[in-house]
Amino acid sequence: MGWETWIITTLSRSLAYGTPLLLGTLGEIYAERSGVLNLGVEGMMIMGAYSGFTTAYITGNPWLGILVAAVVGGAFSLIHAFTSVTLKANQVVSGLSLTMLGLGLSGMFGRGWEGKPLPATIPKITVSGLSKIPFLGPIFFEGQNLIVYLTILLVPLLWYILYRTRIGITIRSVGESPATADSLGINVDRVRYMCVLLGGILAGMAGGYLSVAYRPAWTEGMTAGMGWIVIALTIFAFWNPAYGMLGAYLFAALYHLSYRLQPWVSPELLKAMPYAFAILVLIFVSRGTLQKRMGAPAALSLPYTRGEE
Amino acid sequence: MKRRVGFKVERRPVASGRVVFFVSLLAILAALVVAGIFFQIYGVSPIRAYQLILRGSLGNRFGLAETVRRAIPLLLCGVGLTIAFRALFWNIGAEGQLLMGAVAAAGVALFSGLPGPLLLPAMFIGGFLGGAAWGLIPAILKVILGLNDVITTLMMNYIAIYFVEWLIHGPWKGPTARGFAYTDTFPRAAWLPTLYGTRIHWPTLVLGLVLAVVMYILVTRTRSGFEIRVIGENPNAARFAGISQLKTTLLVMLISGGFAGLAGVGEIAGIHLRLLGPTHISMGYGYTAIIVAWLARRNPLAVIVTSLLFGVIMAGGDVIKVSLGLPFQLINVFNGLILFFLIGSEILLRYKISFFLRR
Amino acid sequence: MDNSEGYAIELRGIVKRFPGVVANDGIDLKVRRGEIHCLLGENGAGKTTLMRVLYGLYRPEEGEIILNGQPVHMTSPRAALNHHVGMVHQHFRLVPTLSVEENIVLGLDEGTGPFVNFRKTREKISSIANEYGLSVDLQTKVWQLAVGQQQRVEILKALYREVDILIMDEPTSVLTPQEVDQLFTTLRTLVDDGLTIIFITHKLDEVMQVSDRVTVLRKGKVVSTLPTAETDKPTLARLMVGREVVFRLKKGPIKRREKILEVNDLHALNDRGLPALRGVSFDLFGGEILGVAGVSGNGQYELAEVLTGLRKSIKGRVFLAKKEVTNCSAREMNDLNVAHIPAERIRMGIVPALSIRENLILKKYRRPPFSYREFLDNKEIEENAHRAMSDYQIAAPSYETPAKLLSGGNIQKVILARELSENPSLIVAVHPTYGLDIGATEQVRQILLAQRERGAATLLISEDLEEIMTLSDRILVIFNGEVMGILDAESADIEEIGLMMAGTRHKGEEL
Repeated sequence: MGWETWIITTLSRSLAYGTPLLLGTLGEIYAERSGVLNLGVEGMMIMGAYSGFTTAYITGNPWLGILVAAVVGGAFSLIHAFTSVTLKANQVVSGLSLTMLGLGLSGMFGRGWEGKPLPATIPKITVSGLSKIPFLGPIFFEGQNLIVYLTILLVPLLWYILYRTRIGITIRSVGESPATADSLGINVDRVRYMCVLLGGILAGMAGGYLSVAYRPAWTEGMTAGMGWIVIALTIFAFWNPAYGMLGAYLFAALYHLSYRLQPWVSPELLKAMPYAFAILVLIFVSRGTLQKRMGAPAALSLPYTRGEE
Repeated sequence: MKRRVGFKVERRPVASGRVVFFVSLLAILAALVVAGIFFQIYGVSPIRAYQLILRGSLGNRFGLAETVRRAIPLLLCGVGLTIAFRALFWNIGAEGQLLMGAVAAAGVALFSGLPGPLLLPAMFIGGFLGGAAWGLIPAILKVILGLNDVITTLMMNYIAIYFVEWLIHGPWKGPTARGFAYTDTFPRAAWLPTLYGTRIHWPTLVLGLVLAVVMYILVTRTRSGFEIRVIGENPNAARFAGISQLKTTLLVMLISGGFAGLAGVGEIAGIHLRLLGPTHISMGYGYTAIIVAWLARRNPLAVIVTSLLFGVIMAGGDVIKVSLGLPFQLINVFNGLILFFLIGSEILLRYKISFFLRR
Repeated sequence: MDNSEGYAIELRGIVKRFPGVVANDGIDLKVRRGEIHCLLGENGAGKTTLMRVLYGLYRPEEGEIILNGQPVHMTSPRAALNHHVGMVHQHFRLVPTLSVEENIVLGLDEGTGPFVNFRKTREKISSIANEYGLSVDLQTKVWQLAVGQQQRVEILKALYREVDILIMDEPTSVLTPQEVDQLFTTLRTLVDDGLTIIFITHKLDEVMQVSDRVTVLRKGKVVSTLPTAETDKPTLARLMVGREVVFRLKKGPIKRREKILEVNDLHALNDRGLPALRGVSFDLFGGEILGVAGVSGNGQYELAEVLTGLRKSIKGRVFLAKKEVTNCSAREMNDLNVAHIPAERIRMGIVPALSIRENLILKKYRRPPFSYREFLDNKEIEENAHRAMSDYQIAAPSYETPAKLLSGGNIQKVILARELSENPSLIVAVHPTYGLDIGATEQVRQILLAQRERGAATLLISEDLEEIMTLSDRILVIFNGEVMGILDAESADIEEIGLMMAGTRHKGEEL
């Protein structure tokens, strides 16, 4: 295999593998920007994967699978929104229990679905003209599916909303200083619910993408910690969708490069790599955060009650 | 005359022990009811499932023994976690720390060549150090570099899992294991004694009970305990009082990781007698222990009770797994639900809701 | 036509309860259109609560709100803004990480959907800013602004929303005397243009200077409403406190002793890594109180933190009783018997969930008699608590009461008891009476003066100039991390201090 093909396959696969990471990260960025830490990404993702797969299997329609995955992810996230926003419970613990519950329910109900083949998956598309562009063509326009493109399009959209619109100003103010937002008539709880819901929808979609498009099958625990990596990437991204994209694809590329070490390193240790990367990625950005003390929304994981600020 | 029931919500300054107890009980019951709904959806009668759980865990001698043996690792991990949580260190990594304790102890058992009577003590020391080392890495990363403790401890779990997989598939794979992925059986001197006819490796149980008491004294009666509580309740005041965050964090993770490591020693030296697949060494004890510690309201002594409660759930879960064909992941459903209702119900500790009749 | 005799606001029988307190106990208040109406009262009299009711942040249990003769329901701040009522809170309601213009348009619906027409909003803001002399750079992030500028943003925010009624909650506490004058001018202009202003304060001078009429509140009730021109300070003070007030504390002549603290060319950074102290030098002697005056954010908190070991300096030296203590840790400074009364009482000074008993040993738990080796001696700790509670008159059911359940004054007394019980040589006190009622304030000041009498060296950092003038022997003015000069408190002129707080160097001889 020549150098060029080597790089092309790595990058093209990074794009495919980075998509669910990016979807999850974008959602978590919004949730955290509104001040809610949701450690339940893993649980929402796996519920999306499970419900997406079963829907696609029963109906034969993979797109319906993705839709249901998004709905289920969103519904699941509302549990966390309820405990952390309405009941003002500890967000770390609430997120953890969401993950446990997601892994438990999907494992319990998904047992009969293991190893079944999916009748139809999300088709891979090749953009006929553009795929001929040397180097870039095969990476971006050959064998990717529509969700990959939609996810990329989400990045500028979500960036623009966050930094350039009233909605974004409102979200950021709720995450930075809920008392200020409240004093201007903004419904802090509602904004937080919406952002957590968006996070859940995107995490659910990410799970659906995994089980319906990326590797069309259902296996118990198939998200394998991806939800946690999303949390790490959110920090790496300084809560900015643009850096989130950079982080997700970079991480995916690292992941694929590590598999090139297969001839020399045993498969068990290779499997441990992504988790070590996640820690390394955080170490990499830690100096910057410590020095500037910026990035994290000031009210992250703090419940808001009027008059108790 | 028409009467209506009104209610009043008031802030509760401090919740009494009795209120905490009843609210916790209520939360567990609510979780069991919801879990019952899931049983029903799955096609299993919830009443039958709960009957089997109770019978299988408390209804006979064998069940009771299984409950206790499940409670042992939960007790050790749980006691350690209460200390970490008190200092507001979110150690989600007891699972990995348990595995690394098991690895260290297995290393001692298989390769140290220590004479008989020294072997078990050396395994416990090694296990403690193995778990502690795995716990200290995230502690250092948090204090020095400010890394998020939840993520690092969690990532360290996955790394530990694959590290064990690698050992048993590769360098430590036992020549006598005939193709299976585990190490050789430990020498006899590395086996923990068990209570007659059960799998209760009592030395570990005694160790857990003693440590629960010692930790209770540590928290309530010592300088270090005072420092841990101040840091956990108000880190700014701790800085103000000149309490070292580094020292205290290292201490709590030494304890928390070390105790999880001890739990790992108990599992391999008391039950399996060899190092084997991570999902066999620990059925998610490290994660369940989070709930054990939280339900105990971070009180090490209360962990003795809460670990037994989860021992019941785990032992009962084994039974319905076999007799009703429910999958292993069931335990996570229980865990998730109980934790949710537990933190959701905390609002009842902060607010007092009283009902009254009005005309 | 002149409905309700020209009253812009009428509050009738407002009752607002919090657990254990009736903050507003049947309050009636009438504010005329186009006046500046002062709401005068001690801390805890219920002024802010009443205004939060008017602004829709709190829902009263009883009572009516009538605006321009029409009863209204103030269910939320949004409702208040829809009725053209705006509020500038004592602790600014600004998002530090957002720009000025983003803060101004926050929460508005200007008919452009999710999009902001920044060109149009900038024009509108500029025209308001020019009209009232409130210029500020619109693209700057709020955290980069000085406190006075932040207040301008708050006022701009309200005016941008076209309010008719503006509530200002203790707006002068963070300003220099000159900035206060400027603010009053602005407020006058606004009133001339038809606005109605409610001005919350506990300072009598301000009432006399700015208001048309004044309503005095005490313990949740209205004591009296008077035209300002027909009253005077002693009357108001009596109404506010409910008894005759002695303004001067008993302060003996200075008995200056040996030098305790010497600070040489001290430099330090703030939390964002920017210079906060730029070459601060001064001496402090036993038996004197050195007041540090300055507008918030000019390095005085960093100074307190460096001197108590909570922040590292990057240059310069500090000597305590001739011994070098530069960059000693908080624990070392504590062991050297340096007391620290921190600015943020609840955030830093106490552990809210722990008992009074435990909070009282927060800095001494490692020493005998409170502990030997690893073990705490609970008997000694309890006796210490008994002693402290009677010596400092801490009002609480028992020493097992969690500190969070105490009132502000009692929390401060717990801190004082802890910090002063071992006769410290140096006391660093940061606005020690902030937010306390007059009774507690007097007590705290007496305690500090007693320490001075005993021979302690006290560095008093406060934004309350009156407090500095009352307690200090010398006054150091700090601006932008530099010492503008040190004045003798007896002869100091408040106008000059104000100018120095704004960056003018002292011209006379250095003390």
